[in-house]
Amino acid sequence: MSDVLVRASGLRVHFGDVRAVDGVDLEVRRGETLGLVGESGCGKSTLGNALLRLVEPSDGTVEFDGLDVTAAGRRELRALRRRTAMIFQDPYASLDPRRTVAESIGEPLAIHGLHKGRTARRARVGELMEVVGLNPDHGGRYPHEFSGGQRQRVGIARALAGEPEFVVCDEPIASLDVSVQAQVVNLLVRLQREFGLTYLFVSHDLAAVRQVADRVAVMYLGRVVELGAGVSVSSAPAHPYTEALVSAVPVPEPTRERTRQRIVLRGDVPSPADPPSGCRFRTRCPKAFEPCPDHDPVLQPTGPEQAAACHLHGVTDL
Amino acid sequence: MRAAETVKLLFRGPTAIVAAAVLVVLIVTAFLGEQLAPYDATATDVSNRLQSPSADHWFGTDELGRDVLSRVILGAEVSLRVGAVAVGISLVAGVLIGLLAGYYGRWVDDVLMRISDVLFAFPAMLMAIAVLAILGPGSTNAMIAIGIVYTPIFARITRASVLSVREEVYVKAARSAGAGDLRIIGRHVLPNVTAPIIVQTSISLAFAILSEAALSFVGLGTQPPDPSWGRMLAEGRGFVEQAWWMAVFPGLAIFVTVLAFNVLGDALRDVLDPRQRQAMAGTGVTA
Repeated sequence: MSDVLVRASGLRVHFGDVRAVDGVDLEVRRGETLGLVGESGCGKSTLGNALLRLVEPSDGTVEFDGLDVTAAGRRELRALRRRTAMIFQDPYASLDPRRTVAESIGEPLAIHGLHKGRTARRARVGELMEVVGLNPDHGGRYPHEFSGGQRQRVGIARALAGEPEFVVCDEPIASLDVSVQAQVVNLLVRLQREFGLTYLFVSHDLAAVRQVADRVAVMYLGRVVELGAGVSVSSAPAHPYTEALVSAVPVPEPTRERTRQRIVLRGDVPSPADPPSGCRFRTRCPKAFEPCPDHDPVLQPTGPEQAAACHLHGVTDL
Repeated sequence: MRAAETVKLLFRGPTAIVAAAVLVVLIVTAFLGEQLAPYDATATDVSNRLQSPSADHWFGTDELGRDVLSRVILGAEVSLRVGAVAVGISLVAGVLIGLLAGYYGRWVDDVLMRISDVLFAFPAMLMAIAVLAILGPGSTNAMIAIGIVYTPIFARITRASVLSVREEVYVKAARSAGAGDLRIIGRHVLPNVTAPIIVQTSISLAFAILSEAALSFVGLGTQPPDPSWGRMLAEGRGFVEQAWWMAVFPGLAIFVTVLAFNVLGDALRDVLDPRQRQAMAGTGVTA
């Protein structure tokens, strides 16, 4: 059993001219939470979708536990879908309004023929509801009868139904009330421990990711620009973009918060249809210098368990 | 939204209740036609021809002495059957086409929708007459013809709803869980596009009944001596000056039936639209 559960190599997802994901190499290790951060439109959700082949990659491969996901046929893909799951951002949109929550939670069971028979399935759905902190007696209710946080719990129960190994959490707390965000994060952390899950935790919120992730990947304009242990990425960012992200997070310590220097990036994110030459971040980078327009940096180690794609750590070219 | 709730909201106002009541009476009439009719609808009685409405013949008699009331009663069955079967055909075919076109998109959509555009481009009556010219006249063929004519409407309405539903996150969620196309279409897409289809069904029933009447009027639908409201209208046309009742009563029957279906369709549209529904539930406004 290799310790890498999911591996993306040279992954590209292009929608026409738009290069949402443009050459990503990434490994998700068994049992870890890999945080994936970046601003809107950087391709982080697309990457999450591509790892599960919910969007077709234009180039590159994805391996899941040694199986080539990108080359999987219909049957293999179906089998893979049992072993993977996704938790969505909007708990209102992700549940079919016409189906009871028990039907939604039980859908993966029905699809994969698990816990056959009415009583067995009902028991399993009840068990799942309990695991995520819902009253199992409420299975017959419809999504509109639940609050946002409860709906997200329904979505989580559905994701767990098929006993997956790998779960992509696509901004799972972004559209929840702040008061329930922490509850849902804690639930996700507890479930990971209980069921030995591997998470890809996609979020635009570095502070949230720092809390749950063992390692963090920072994306900018379709590329991973920094990758490393959560602690090192947030305490000693190696890429100027990560520095800017870290500087935007308030510090819960008045003395340090007072001295926090905010790095404000100038300008807008360039169009992913027409990324800048060389380093993609150079147009907004406060530290850009001569090699940046001409050389496309590759991820290179900057410390133990940390890598960044920046010429400040030695000029490289893709 | 569940069925019981929908029905409860639907019948909050008097108009929908009246429309539904009219339709119930019509359906009962259609089923009990023979028993309800005071006379044999096809029996001629030349000595009593062109009688004006009286205690014996409430709606009068026609040029062959047949009782108009009995013929209107028996005509209900013809009209409703043709309407129901025709709409059934267009409903099944149209929804299927719409689901496939909307869900799969690309060339499936292009091919199916261009065919349906071609059908749509012809005036409905002309299309129906053309189909009947190929199939030959008669009420069964009229049902098929009307069914074909109304198929594109259902296809379009279904497709439009499918286009938005298929992008819903819950569809993606089902796919991420491993659901196949069949399951997604049957369990997630179809149940979420039913509201406009139900409304269209009730409105199309009205149009189908009108079309049957029109086809029978020009002699391509129900064949003599079977009574059909459209045929009776056509036959009565020649006698409006001497015997207005021959055309007026079947005309009224068509009018009332079509109106009832339309009113019910409108009320259904209001109730099945979630925004309208909320407003109605909140303010107690009646439909």
